[in-house]
Amino acid sequence: MKQGQFEQLYQEQWIRAEQLIHQLEDPKLERVESKELAEFARLYRRLCHYHALARERHYSSYLVDRLGDLVIRGHQQLYRRKQPLLHAFLKFITTDFPRLVRREQGYVWVATALLYLPGLALFFATLWQPDLVYTMMSPEQVTSFEGMYDPENKVVGEAREATTNWQMFGFYISNNIGVSFRTFATGLVWGLGSIFFLVYNGLVFGAVAGHLVNLGYNDTFFTFVVGHGSFELTAIAIAGAAGLKLGYHLLRPGNHTRLESLKRAGKVAIQLMYGVIVMLVIAAFIEAFWSSSNVLPAAQKYLAGAILWAVVIAYLTLGGRRFREP
Amino acid sequence: MICDIHLSLETPEGAVLPLAPAGIGVRIMAFMIDFLIKTVVTMIIYVVLAFLGRMGIGLALILAFLLEWFYSVYFEVWHQGRTPGKKNFRIRVVNDDGSPVTFGPSLLRNLLRVVDFLPLAYVAGCIASISNRQFKRLGDLVAGTLVVYDAEPMTQPDFDIKGRMPVPADFTTDEQRALLAFAERSKRLSPERQSELAAILQPLLGTKEPVIAIKQMANSMVGR
Repeated sequence: MKQGQFEQLYQEQWIRAEQLIHQLEDPKLERVESKELAEFARLYRRLCHYHALARERHYSSYLVDRLGDLVIRGHQQLYRRKQPLLHAFLKFITTDFPRLVRREQGYVWVATALLYLPGLALFFATLWQPDLVYTMMSPEQVTSFEGMYDPENKVVGEAREATTNWQMFGFYISNNIGVSFRTFATGLVWGLGSIFFLVYNGLVFGAVAGHLVNLGYNDTFFTFVVGHGSFELTAIAIAGAAGLKLGYHLLRPGNHTRLESLKRAGKVAIQLMYGVIVMLVIAAFIEAFWSSSNVLPAAQKYLAGAILWAVVIAYLTLGGRRFREP
Repeated sequence: MICDIHLSLETPEGAVLPLAPAGIGVRIMAFMIDFLIKTVVTMIIYVVLAFLGRMGIGLALILAFLLEWFYSVYFEVWHQGRTPGKKNFRIRVVNDDGSPVTFGPSLLRNLLRVVDFLPLAYVAGCIASISNRQFKRLGDLVAGTLVVYDAEPMTQPDFDIKGRMPVPADFTTDEQRALLAFAERSKRLSPERQSELAAILQPLLGTKEPVIAIKQMANSMVGR
């Protein structure tokens, strides 16, 4: 068949297909009805056929390219994935995320150890040798931490007024989630970045805690951190675990190529990060609006902190499990 | 468009998708535009919201955070793989299989910018993307994504010559395609260059006007 004949015979279908594709591409245009969608799927299949024919018969590259372009654009629309976002999100939070954390618990335990053990060691070391706090931060930073948790303050944490809570909420969101993103991403560097951030954050926390205990600021400091710490520290550990997973799969790809192994690890790791983001938003909320309140007695804050820790642990260990009927 | 690194992907329908991966230069320029937009918008956010006091600063911090990390994700997922910078240079992000980029891979490739940025100014990303045939930076490699050129809008080629001439029967299909491609490209060549190229075939065609002859053969090939 000559190219001209071929064009004449099927031109109409191509024009119709292009029209439908254009309508699907641009959300501002009229919505495509379900009957037309069925037509689009049929037309797309035929387009692939015409494209293959045109190539095989060595028609002019103008025609082949034009059909090829339509095939690409049609492919983009046909294979566009849409899902009810809210439902998928709720299912992820209630079942999939805790299950995922349990499935990847090896990484989570290692990351937890990297976050807590060096920090705890430095905490006790600082109790024993108070000057050790200066290994982690400058004297100015130490003074500023002392100012934040001085029991003389009406409010703990950073100096605050009522509306400051909002400012701090914004700060915690951008700072903490940013830290978790970096902790995760740098895991790609053979896991080294994640290890560094986990250990470093643990050490700073240990040094500050030890120093404030030395000063006798126990209550102001621990009542402040106990509440949101449950969500925040756990989330940072999981972000580190996701980064370690990337690094480990780069170093030990097993039966896959390194690239394939990384891709597979990336798919799982990014899901861990969804959960981390949610946990850190909750943590920022608690930190900005509850941890800083100095109205509540210390005992109550410790109790609430214990409950929050229990909630996080129960969520991660029990969430998404199917219990058998007795 | 660079043509010699075309990538062919096969769809479930058995059709072959021709994709042209975008090179490092055009991606850097697209990045510059996005970076400029982000910076200007962030500055505007801070200036405007500073009037709202501390609550405004809190809001500005959150917005700036979203802009820093989720600007690209938003445009890639909800605007057909194109951030404003990419749109400007007619490139877009797709998954490895040519399908539109989805949320997970988009977030992953954008979080991993942190590593591509190392040790400074995207050096790692640049080295990675000139080390593989598809110009993938580290984030693209792990997330399984790819930046490709949009197809250029096509216009019906016109060979501006009337009449037909039969193609010599001993021309192979590849040779026939070369003739056709010449006729299609002739709009972008100067008349002198056209005669220069066509003159190569003079001995084979044996006519005085090889340019016209080739175009007439093209006419008969497309059946016009």
